[in-house]
Amino acid sequence: MSTAIESLVNREYQYGFVTDVDSDVVPPGLSEEVIRTISAKKNEPEWLLEWRLKAYRRWLTMKEPHWPNVHYAPIDYDAVSYYSAPKSVKPLQSLDEVDPELLRTYEKLGISLTEQKMLSGVAVDAIFDSVSVGTTMRDELAKHGVIFCSFGEAVREHPDLVKKYLGSVVPYSDNFFAALNSAVFSDGSFCYVPKGVKCPMELSTYFRINSADTGQFERTLIIADEAATVSYLEGCTAPKRSTNQLHAAVVELVALEGATVKYSTVQNWYAGDENGVGGIYNFVTKRGKCAGANSKISWTQVETGSAITWKYPSVILQGDNSVGEFYSVAVVNNHQQADTGTKMIHIGKNTRSTIVSKGISAGQGQNSYRGRVQVLPKAHGARNYTQCDSMLIGNRCGAHTFPYIEVENNTATVEHEASTSKIGEDQIFYCKQRGLSAEQAVSMIVSGFCREVFQELPMEFAVEAQQLLGITLEGSVG
Amino acid sequence: MLDIQSLRAGIAEREILKGIDLVVNPGEVHAVMGPNGSGKSTLAQVLAGNPAYEVLGGTVQYRGEDLLELEPEVRAQRGIFLAFQYPVEIPGVTNAYFLRSALNEVRKARGEEEIDPLEFLDLVEERMKLVEMEPSMLNRSVNQGFSGGEKKRNEILQMAVLEPSLAILDETDSGLDIDALRIVAGGVNALRRPDNATIVVTHYQRLLNYIVPDYVHVLAGGRIVRSGGKELALELEERGYDWVLDAA
Repeated sequence: MSTAIESLVNREYQYGFVTDVDSDVVPPGLSEEVIRTISAKKNEPEWLLEWRLKAYRRWLTMKEPHWPNVHYAPIDYDAVSYYSAPKSVKPLQSLDEVDPELLRTYEKLGISLTEQKMLSGVAVDAIFDSVSVGTTMRDELAKHGVIFCSFGEAVREHPDLVKKYLGSVVPYSDNFFAALNSAVFSDGSFCYVPKGVKCPMELSTYFRINSADTGQFERTLIIADEAATVSYLEGCTAPKRSTNQLHAAVVELVALEGATVKYSTVQNWYAGDENGVGGIYNFVTKRGKCAGANSKISWTQVETGSAITWKYPSVILQGDNSVGEFYSVAVVNNHQQADTGTKMIHIGKNTRSTIVSKGISAGQGQNSYRGRVQVLPKAHGARNYTQCDSMLIGNRCGAHTFPYIEVENNTATVEHEASTSKIGEDQIFYCKQRGLSAEQAVSMIVSGFCREVFQELPMEFAVEAQQLLGITLEGSVG
Repeated sequence: MLDIQSLRAGIAEREILKGIDLVVNPGEVHAVMGPNGSGKSTLAQVLAGNPAYEVLGGTVQYRGEDLLELEPEVRAQRGIFLAFQYPVEIPGVTNAYFLRSALNEVRKARGEEEIDPLEFLDLVEERMKLVEMEPSMLNRSVNQGFSGGEKKRNEILQMAVLEPSLAILDETDSGLDIDALRIVAGGVNALRRPDNATIVVTHYQRLLNYIVPDYVHVLAGGRIVRSGGKELALELEERGYDWVLDAA
């Protein structure tokens, strides 16, 4: 008798390897002294150290949030090491000077810092653990006045911009993990696109976690000045680990009048093994502010990795006629848990937002959509459209939806559509009868389910995302 | 081509097929008829390898192989095609993508190269004419929002592209008006060749006015109770099934 849909065996995590590089690690635990050490190692100005310390003091008064629909053992924040950098990070002139071991890691991951990327028009600011080790296409970007560099470099070379915008979208007091990040953030990416400039290429950054038990606290700040346009791609893969690793990043986007920021993520952190051992805790605060009129911020995310995902890329629609978008695919398999969604906060007149969320649950995975649509009293004519679809594979997984809608202006239009479906035996058999394997069938059905989101991704990411989806769900159908 | 002996099969521990014997040779069209619940669709599903059905006994040889040992996708790759009674919807997957993926799997199994996308488009557009389908149907999601007739035509289109050795049409006439019936049957007839065979599963005789069978079998209570030429179908139409059942 057919048991129909069962749990599959996960393919070994492809990117599970550890690079043997001499790391400069701060001893575990957090104190003002550790923060001063981090700041000193990075030769930071006094104002930034003060900002970190304020964040730390605030963090001490805060409690880890437990409202998300996820479950995990308590995190011992004193057992985490808050800084890790490959040693010998004096400025490099060329790739020849980069530790060959690092370059090999990038190669294994298919990340090329060389001409290939130049030819494909992608500038890569690769982040290895916490310190940026190589940047390409700088000259090309510089010609257009675009600043794209590591966060640390931005602090040194563009302190006024950093000072003006750091914490302007996600204040250090925002939430527990954002406060922690603000206190200890190691490095990250910084981008500024000046007035009227359309960034000439897609920008991308690869984040990875390498040192064992080293928390990752990336900080990204992207600013599109008036009438500027930028598209940013973020891809994540992490070497395999047996202990859980905390990742608490903060991403802030600012769009001034008439500006457009598009931020795309493919997240494939290590999800733990098929028994739920190991994997990354991905507790991320991502938020954008449409500060000026007629600006637009668009988030697209494909979340296939991490043991636990907690993130709500949001948009504050402050400028009149501004537009916020959130397109999301979140996949959980085995014992993965995800609580993800968005917040759209309508402040300005005629602000519009679109939310398309596709949640896929397989194995014993638990997937929650959590979204808030808030229309404030002055947001005349605000509109929101939300579509929230869940797909279940097998009968041991779960899909949950927590939509919050608060409307304080009676000229607003808010729509919410939701559906839950199950990959049917009949669909799989139909595909098989046409000659496709079960895995091809699942991959095809799921890709079809996610089509509206995939088509928002830049081309090279769309292909990768589709492949990742297939890999993540491999074996989820017997 | 196909040699079924004493085939017994069921679903959810209920035996439906209670010993089927049937031999199909290349070039032949066999009609399997019978009242509701006689096991016609079960036979079609079992031959295609639907895992919801369990084989309880008997053998099925297909081109010298033990068919029952093969996975459903392998059966498809070896040339068995089932036109579904209820074609399944796959939202977000275009008809073109689905069909090209299927064709490529079948070609790979035959040791052929994958088809070039442009070549595929030429092929599929030509075959669409057979079933009078608009090319725009290629960009719609598989069967989603299709009318009953469109779904059935789409099944025949898939068959026309995949060029199976053994096609099994499961109640392809159900829910079709007379024009759609004529189109679907026309497509099936155009695909008849001396080296392929067709099993037409149907409740009504009317489809057999268009697809003329070489043999007609009456299935009742999980057994073939009577076999004959095409005139048997006409007799059934006239006299109903009770007459055969009583005789059996």
